[in-house]
Amino acid sequence: MASPKELMYSEEHEWVKDEGEKLRIGITAFAQDELGDIVFVELPEVGDQLEVNEPFGSVESVKTVSELYAPVSGKVVEINEELEDSPEFVNESPYEKAWMVVVEPSDKAELDDLMSAEAYDEMTDED
Amino acid sequence: MKQKDQALIFEMSKPGRRGGSLPENDVPDVNVEELLPADYVRQEEPELPEVSELQLVRHYTALSKRNFGIDSGFYPLGSCTMKYNPKINEVIARLPGLAHLHPYQPEPQVQGALRLMHELQASLAEITGMQEVTLQSAAGAHGEWTGLMMIRALHEANGETQRTKVIVPDSAHGTNPASAGVAGFDPVTVKTDERGLVDMDHLKEVTGEDTAALMLTNPNTLGLFEEDIVEMAEIIHNAGGKLYYDGANSNAIMGKATPGDMGFDVVHMNLHKTFTGPHGGGGPGSGPVGVKEELVPYLPRPLLVKDGEQYKWDYHRPDAIGRIKPFYGNFGINMRAYAYMRSMGSQGLHQVSENAVLNANYLRKRLEPYYDIPYPQYCKHEFVLSAKRQKKLGVRALDIAKRLLDYGFHPPTIYFPLNVEECMMVEPTETETKETLDDFADAMIAIAKEAEEDPDLVLEAPHETVISRLDETKAARQPVLRYQEQ
Repeated sequence: MASPKELMYSEEHEWVKDEGEKLRIGITAFAQDELGDIVFVELPEVGDQLEVNEPFGSVESVKTVSELYAPVSGKVVEINEELEDSPEFVNESPYEKAWMVVVEPSDKAELDDLMSAEAYDEMTDED
Repeated sequence: MKQKDQALIFEMSKPGRRGGSLPENDVPDVNVEELLPADYVRQEEPELPEVSELQLVRHYTALSKRNFGIDSGFYPLGSCTMKYNPKINEVIARLPGLAHLHPYQPEPQVQGALRLMHELQASLAEITGMQEVTLQSAAGAHGEWTGLMMIRALHEANGETQRTKVIVPDSAHGTNPASAGVAGFDPVTVKTDERGLVDMDHLKEVTGEDTAALMLTNPNTLGLFEEDIVEMAEIIHNAGGKLYYDGANSNAIMGKATPGDMGFDVVHMNLHKTFTGPHGGGGPGSGPVGVKEELVPYLPRPLLVKDGEQYKWDYHRPDAIGRIKPFYGNFGINMRAYAYMRSMGSQGLHQVSENAVLNANYLRKRLEPYYDIPYPQYCKHEFVLSAKRQKKLGVRALDIAKRLLDYGFHPPTIYFPLNVEECMMVEPTETETKETLDDFADAMIAIAKEAEEDPDLVLEAPHETVISRLDETKAARQPVLRYQEQ
């Protein structure tokens, strides 16, 4: 399945949506498929500072717990509180309903290190 | 005959049915409400099951028959060393002179027991190449924490409080980074390279003045011996850090390679794994910790020592990290380990490692044509395989594990280590016969064929168990944690 073209992707399987001042972040369809049924999502708090490539939360599936790695640095301005009661959104709608955090990036140049949809699909095809 | 599902004891309840009868009350009746504040007096009857004694006995006997243990079948749970626990251990640990001791009995009355513990400490020190051992820690992760707290105390005594990071390879046991966190350190992950071993360049990159320690499982959870261990020790020691050995996989190297010689400063061992303490439900565990000379002052208090011909508790240890458990570890488990070591002897323990490695390699070779083996070199006591090939047919490691139940085997560890896709981690141990290994390999091969020819058979497994596939997702998302009347 091709990943949405308008998003950017990290090697750790997060997607980033550029909304101008802010960035919306979630995990990819590939990631949720690998993890299996998601049963719990642990997110940071609004106001927390994310460091690029550092863990900022975790996703628990029936088979494993996986850390979420920040694709960019920045301040968390919004979190998806619905995921607490409805972790299944991550499986059902990884790019829409299951966005995880919105951040104000501290350095938008970090976006240059992310991949396009084509590059990400190529990377995940190899496995 | 397929067993029927067992009703809950609550569902068997009939009002007024009793399993015993109490004698007439021969003390004065008191009104509870006069003795306790109203808030603490329950107004509703508790929902206790009302059953006869025979119903009760049959219910729990039926449940006990459902237990799966090493005495009932093959249990190749990777990194758990589910090996046979010899029955002589039970005989020894139950001797009245050991089983009926009181932990507060004065030293002169328990010299025999102290001697056995001291000899166990000495044997473990010899096997690991450490100076001194404590038996206090109750299990593996407790041992890890104890070791890290000692490393922390040493760095603090040297004024090196900037050492806040503990390096842990991604092939380490999951408890390692957790223990580092609990001990107040920040865990740092070091990657595994294409050999399945610690990526040396990455290790150099993450090691520095803030390094408190490297925690290493050797062999690692891929079942591979970290052959660069001497160089790793040099890198860490040159940076001023310490080396921690997670001994959970000692069954592969016992008597063959010594952590002390590899450069490790602290070691824990799992007596409930390598040294045949009962394991998994039958616990408790035991996770003794050994240290090199430099760390001896920090060992938990009290330490069991020999003074002339007398064994005694040394409480005068001003630098000790403190007491980490009431009394002195899980004595009964330690006695089982002692019995095991003495009945095996040094020769026997060497043989254990050899056969554990031989069995793992035999199984690996038999399964190689049917499953992906991501690291094809010789393994130690365990190996990982990947259900990558089967995944393309829609069958995942979880499904294969479930199908193994139909063949009468406990499945191996699955989805660990995390760095292998659709991972299955198999540790057969030395106590299994070639026939059992062959039966297991035949089952795995049959399942691989089923995945190709009749995948639904695997996807809907288990078929032969009392209850078939459970909805694990629902169980995790909406857990029902206690009985509720319908």
